Amino acid sequence: MSSSINIQNVDRIYTDTDGKAVQALKSVDLDIRAGEFISLIGPSGCGKTTLLRLIAGLDKPQAGSLSIDGGKIAGTAPERGYVFQQGSLFPWLDVEHNIAYGLRARGVLRQRKANVEKYISMVGLEGFEKSYPHQISGGMAQRVAIARALINEPKALLLDEPMGALDSFTRADLQDKLLELWQKNGTTMILVTHDIDEAIYLSDRIVIMTPRPGRISRVIDVTLPRPRHRGGAGFLALRREILELFELAQAQPQPEYNI
Amino acid sequence: MSTAAVKLSAPVKADSKAKSKAAWNYKNNVYFLLKLLLTVSGFIIAVLVNIAFPQKAAVVIKQYVLSVFGLNISLTMNDAYIFLLAAIAVIYTGAGLRAWGNKDRRKIYSKRAAFRFAAGIALALWDIGGTKLQFFPQPFFPGPAQVVEAYLADSEYLLQNTLYSLRLYAAGFSCGVLLGVGTGILIGWFPKVYYWVFPVLKITGVVPAVAWMPFALTLLPNSFTAAVFLIVICAWFQIAFLTAQGIQSTPKQSFEAARILGSNSIDQILHVAIPHAMPDIFTGITSANAMAFTTLVMSEMLGQPGGLGYYINQSKVWSAYYKVLAAIVIMAVLFSLINHIIGRIQKHTLRWQEGVVKK
Repeated sequence: MSSSINIQNVDRIYTDTDGKAVQALKSVDLDIRAGEFISLIGPSGCGKTTLLRLIAGLDKPQAGSLSIDGGKIAGTAPERGYVFQQGSLFPWLDVEHNIAYGLRARGVLRQRKANVEKYISMVGLEGFEKSYPHQISGGMAQRVAIARALINEPKALLLDEPMGALDSFTRADLQDKLLELWQKNGTTMILVTHDIDEAIYLSDRIVIMTPRPGRISRVIDVTLPRPRHRGGAGFLALRREILELFELAQAQPQPEYNI
Repeated sequence: MSTAAVKLSAPVKADSKAKSKAAWNYKNNVYFLLKLLLTVSGFIIAVLVNIAFPQKAAVVIKQYVLSVFGLNISLTMNDAYIFLLAAIAVIYTGAGLRAWGNKDRRKIYSKRAAFRFAAGIALALWDIGGTKLQFFPQPFFPGPAQVVEAYLADSEYLLQNTLYSLRLYAAGFSCGVLLGVGTGILIGWFPKVYYWVFPVLKITGVVPAVAWMPFALTLLPNSFTAAVFLIVICAWFQIAFLTAQGIQSTPKQSFEAARILGSNSIDQILHVAIPHAMPDIFTGITSANAMAFTTLVMSEMLGQPGGLGYYINQSKVWSAYYKVLAAIVIMAVLFSLINHIIGRIQKHTLRWQEGVVKK
């Protein structure tokens, strides 16, 4: 139920609104192991979301290749679930139908009807089946988005700052939920975040990216035993290490011409 | 000083009294009974006015024979008018008694009492000014009893014409909605269709549908299809325009989310684009509906062998303005009913919006 993803020498260039070409990713290499929890972290503009969109198949790279379990990624597929930062739920569908969307779209709703209930309870939303997205809190909405992605039983779950818009209590709560789901399902998890604590708390490995052009500057193994303690000595040491890395990265900024 | 002191101490002392003595609002039985009497009294006054005032206008009081359940009832227009007022009074009394034990119904009923009273008084004034004392010029302002007479005299013919209008509206508007939503989806989804069709729609859409009437009447096989055609184009353009707008404004992220979950293009149209466009589609339907009524009546007045517009035209020729008013009353009721039905469908379809949009 999990996939390894191989990213080789990927370049991604897009044209911005002024028609200027922007190099979002340059020569990115990364091997993501099956079943691992990996975080992409870095300042805005470092291409972490761009990389995630490439893995999802939403965009195509200009150079290099991405493959999953040896097969080339050519487009979107239900085997790679995606959770957007916020507001991706369909407002005209209630919680139950939002979660069931993938099953219905793939024509397997009748056979797997029981799964809808299973995933609703998995993310702890019993009793809210008939609520519409605007009637539930932001944290609950993201849990719906996660359940909606998981119901397709993806081999990899791509998370684009799913907790970015939440308050810190809700965020901590959802992080635990995410860990629990990962440990239960064994899905490969790829998380884009700008929260260092979140990355350390959740990940097996942290990929540190730097902007202009976006590339991977370092990959850090997190060997702290689980469950992790946010105030533990190892946790704090790692946190300091990453912070220093970013200060180094920011010490010699590339000159900015396009202000 | 002393009154101020009394006022200050009053709330504390009155605390026990307040419980036994209910507040002066709809919850109070006496208050509600007065509201009920107020509601009914307007219509009773209208009845009394009709009986008490002498007829000044030169109106012939005819006897009509209605057969109801095998009984032949002979009555004049005044009898029928009084009967109608009495029926309204009885219905409102019934509604008041039904509301007696229900707090919410009581509140609504009390709120509407003043308006209903005013409606009765307005009828009475109209009666006095129209046929009774002839303050208004005749025959342009017939009294309410005369309008009721139109239903007595022309009941079958009016029903025929109403059904004709309804048939025309149903055929034209349903085709218009289907074509409008269909074209709107194509324009909104396919950039090529947008490029070729949208400018045509934009330019022809501003032309009032009835302007096409000369072509419609000569090119189409009969006048019924001509009128259907006019209603179709007036609904079509408006609805297509707004449907296209609704589809085009769907957030890209919604399509991406659907795609990743396994939606193909058709599924994305049906389950993302159209639901997202639904509020706009209903805006289009509501405004097209109002235009469809206009087009309906105008085309009936200008070249139909039937319909309420035709009936108005025909009555005008004979200076039977009370019949014109009778047809207008039917239109008011019928079109309100249609609006109400569309409103209910809209509310049900867009129930997910409740609490999101300020209504």
